[in-house]
Amino acid sequence: MKQIGKYVSEILLVVLAVAFLSPVYIMVVNSFKNRAELYQSALALPSSLSFQYYAQAMDKMNFLTAFRNSLFVTVVSVLFIVILSSMTAWMLVRTNNRLSQIIFMTLVATMLIPFQTLMMPLMQVMDFIRTNFHIPMLNTHGGLIYMNVGFNASMAVFLYHGFMKSVPIALEEAATLDGCSKFGVFWRIVFPLLKTITVTIAILDVIALWNDYLLPSLTLADKGLRTIPLSTFYFFGEFTIVWNLAMAGLTLTVIPVVIFYVFSQKYIIKGIAAGAVK
Amino acid sequence: MKRKDKGWFALFTVPLLFIFTTVVIIPFIIGIVYSFYKWDGIPANPKIFVGFNNFVQIFQDDRFIASAWNTVKFTVFALIAVNLLGLVFSLIVTTKLRVSNAARTMFFMPNLIGGLILGYIWQFIFTDAFNFIGDKTGLHSIFFNWLLDPQYALYAMVIVFTWQMAGYTMIIYIAGIQGVPDDLIEAAKVDGANLWHRLTRIIFPLLMPSFTICLFLTLSGAFKIFDVNLSLTKGGPSNATEMFAMNIYNEIFGYGHYGLGQAKAIIFFLVVAIITLTQVIITKKREVQM
Repeated sequence: MKQIGKYVSEILLVVLAVAFLSPVYIMVVNSFKNRAELYQSALALPSSLSFQYYAQAMDKMNFLTAFRNSLFVTVVSVLFIVILSSMTAWMLVRTNNRLSQIIFMTLVATMLIPFQTLMMPLMQVMDFIRTNFHIPMLNTHGGLIYMNVGFNASMAVFLYHGFMKSVPIALEEAATLDGCSKFGVFWRIVFPLLKTITVTIAILDVIALWNDYLLPSLTLADKGLRTIPLSTFYFFGEFTIVWNLAMAGLTLTVIPVVIFYVFSQKYIIKGIAAGAVK
Repeated sequence: MKRKDKGWFALFTVPLLFIFTTVVIIPFIIGIVYSFYKWDGIPANPKIFVGFNNFVQIFQDDRFIASAWNTVKFTVFALIAVNLLGLVFSLIVTTKLRVSNAARTMFFMPNLIGGLILGYIWQFIFTDAFNFIGDKTGLHSIFFNWLLDPQYALYAMVIVFTWQMAGYTMIIYIAGIQGVPDDLIEAAKVDGANLWHRLTRIIFPLLMPSFTICLFLTLSGAFKIFDVNLSLTKGGPSNATEMFAMNIYNEIFGYGHYGLGQAKAIIFFLVVAIITLTQVIITKKREVQM
């Protein structure tokens, strides 16, 4: 009797989980249908598997370029966030004085500021740098990466700062006595010990930056620079939405996320739990 | 500090702090300054100092008040829905069934898809798929185009946000549930406590820290919502679902009221800061008690 009850609850759970993901099903099945079929049977499986809308969507939204752009911006931003934040956090923890405390408190306090409060003046500052110092901060990937680093710095420093307490200082002292410079001590001894929290930070930032829409939409004007969220403009900018084409496009944007999820699920779930509890 | 140490300190911290200052600190300060000016965003046009005029104007702006009210309504519904579903999911998934892990994976998945894309997917569901289901089943009172009805469009946003965030809170609740000692549950079972009693008398009280974290995470997430708002309803029909963040965006970049919009953005910051600081204070108090 107990065995049967267990089977029933297992089946119910599978049904619930599948039902929960039904929007994904609706997206995928409709990406294969022509216009007439889509409106006749929005929920049914497609009558034939034709990939013509995918080919069309890929072309219209410039998918490969957008994918490359997203990958470049995300990877380089996360790299800089991890390198610069871990270095800063280490120095702040190991230098116990007034200045370190003020810097740390400032970083933590700014985590309260929502993006909408900064977006307009930020654009003015970047425009000022562009016109007066001739550094192309707007409409370039470099500028976007620069801003990503600035926005995600405080959270990363905060997480590294908290984790740094578990790194034994004795190891560092021994290495210093052996003639290792601060640079060597940090990169050879401390940074490898920060692996757990580095993975957490990297994962949280990859998810946030890959999906980020508002900041890239404000800075990137050229079509060739668009990241994946911006590339969906093509389908939703017009007055009438061609849904089968749009669904193919949306499915394309979801595929990389699912692949990333499948391969790093364990770290993602750990990272989310660790990052939230901060 | 020795001179050499100062050099190392600067080398390690200055690169990040320089970027951070130009991206966060300076914009924040000049943002406050902008909120006292009237300006249309065109560099050639003059910026006129108007004192607190922008702030006075905000509180006479019906559309802004309406957007604030929308945001509050949305946040309350979202808070309840996300946490209820997240909690239920976490309880189901920790029952040690063979399919539990797979179910957990699936419940969490929507969280990784960006808000913009989610909103677009659901836009199709609430418009065309719902019309289709309504036609097939005859249940036109439930299945119609939700995004054309002011009330239902707001509920639609709650549903999409819940779909996105339930898995996220589930992960946090799971961590909390796994922290409840097994022998405590076993002892309660031996004493004849039924499932409801085990939940309300043992598990929920021990989950209080997780509740606090999840409530405030959803609170600030819902309050600052923008992407889903943009892709699902664009604030429509007739601004009925325009939230705080979108109202600010429209005021600045839509109407070119840079000063007024920035004043709204400052108010927005103050509200978010108050919410978050309340959370920190409550969490700290709890920690002392435990």
